Amino acid sequence: MNSFDIIGPVMVGPSSSHTAGAVKIGNISRKLLGVPVRKADIFFHGSFLATGKGHGTDRALVAGLLGFSVDDSRIPDAFRYAGEAGMEFHLSGIDLGDVHPNSVKLLLSGDRGEKIEIVAASVGGGAIRVTQIDGLPANFSGDYPTLVVNNLDQPGHVTEITSMLSHKSINIATMQLYRSSKGGHAVIVLECDQEVPDAAIRWLSHLEGILKVTYLGLAEEPALAEG
Amino acid sequence: MYQSFQEIMDIEKETGKKFWEIVRDNDCREMEITAEEAFHRMQAMYEAMRDADNSYDPSLSSASGLVGGDGEKLAAARRQGSLLCGPFLGLVMEKAVKMGESNACMRRIVAAPTAGSCGVLPAVFLSLEEQKGYPEEEMVKALYVSAGIGGIIAHRASVSGAAGGCQAEIGAASAMAAGSVAFLLGGDAEAIAHAAALAMKNLLGLACDPVAGLVEVPCVKRNVIGAVNALTSADLANAGIRSRIPPDEVFDAMRTVGKMLPEDLRETGKGGLAATPTGIAFRESLKGF
Repeated sequence: MNSFDIIGPVMVGPSSSHTAGAVKIGNISRKLLGVPVRKADIFFHGSFLATGKGHGTDRALVAGLLGFSVDDSRIPDAFRYAGEAGMEFHLSGIDLGDVHPNSVKLLLSGDRGEKIEIVAASVGGGAIRVTQIDGLPANFSGDYPTLVVNNLDQPGHVTEITSMLSHKSINIATMQLYRSSKGGHAVIVLECDQEVPDAAIRWLSHLEGILKVTYLGLAEEPALAEG
Repeated sequence: MYQSFQEIMDIEKETGKKFWEIVRDNDCREMEITAEEAFHRMQAMYEAMRDADNSYDPSLSSASGLVGGDGEKLAAARRQGSLLCGPFLGLVMEKAVKMGESNACMRRIVAAPTAGSCGVLPAVFLSLEEQKGYPEEEMVKALYVSAGIGGIIAHRASVSGAAGGCQAEIGAASAMAAGSVAFLLGGDAEAIAHAAALAMKNLLGLACDPVAGLVEVPCVKRNVIGAVNALTSADLANAGIRSRIPPDEVFDAMRTVGKMLPEDLRETGKGGLAATPTGIAFRESLKGF
């Protein structure tokens, strides 16, 4: 902890969890899709649903999907900017069951059929957790470069991934494995200390038994500049 | 961050460094930056506070319609000279309400320590700079004092309404501002610690009971009491008055009080003002998308 955890962040109000956290969920979801969002179905749960309208959670999330940062003064007008950027969105409520009260489910698609389903939670002070990707559990903060691999549940995939990372001198900070059923679909989530190069991600996605590779880099991608 | 006032008072005695320098030096070590870089980063926070104050828009109201325009009413009363509290405290009150309203109306603010309590520090700091002629450099140093106090509170108690009630938001901001003002008045680490403790003692146990769960009622107006309480506490400390309970123990008490607060009074929007018939009616009218 340092002084700027106490004085700061500079953010658009009114709430670090319901506004700034929602922007961050949008930012990370956009990066996980990997291409600009064309269509977004947004389902708010719990406290997000009960108090989100008053906190501007809806506008904050859309702003995040457009790539705006938490202190971008355009956040209140995000719906208009979404229209200008050609991003279609639909907002509604949902009961996701026994999850964090500040949770949201997102169905995102890009121009060329790219699709992702994400459940994420704003866990306080603007920090967030991604808790589900494409129907399988996950648990990461978006503070590290994160590799998410969907694969068939069969031997060898963990070795393939970890040897590739070792070859690129990338250190693994955390690693999680989940599967839908024995021999079914599995997901491997790796938080890394260094960025994973594009070529390595492409190589991985072509391997037999690997269904999809999603990568969350920390580098800022070009969003609409604040004018 | 330091975990006790005692630690900082001891370092001050040993090294002769001031409270703000001790906090800044710790940042430099943790963030691996130079003293100059650290100062500029804090200066940027102060400038963001000033920008937020300058960009107040009296025509805005919050999404719920519960908040907006009150800062301008205070400004008008201050200009007419009709405020009993006088021009200086009047300005402090006005700036506190304005910043709270700006936050509720989705303007850019600086969370200090939280968004709900974002009006306390700027109200005190900017009013002192404008009316008492403190240079910006001193205000940036004073912000470091605030940060050091906030760090101690975060360690010993909490700076989150959901964890510790409003004492952890408005209360924490008020203690931070009180210590900073004690510093600006020439106080040493002991005076700073006691100013912070005196401020917190007045707000111990304050419920976090926001209507409809929104950072609006009573949050916006509570920024006023946080700011004014900081000034009176700093004056007490500067006059040589000491908290009979040592400052570190006061913040330990804050922790135990926070733990004793029922969940309904910790940012759930279920108890207190939120549970009044009017509060419930507002909540029902704002549900869904």
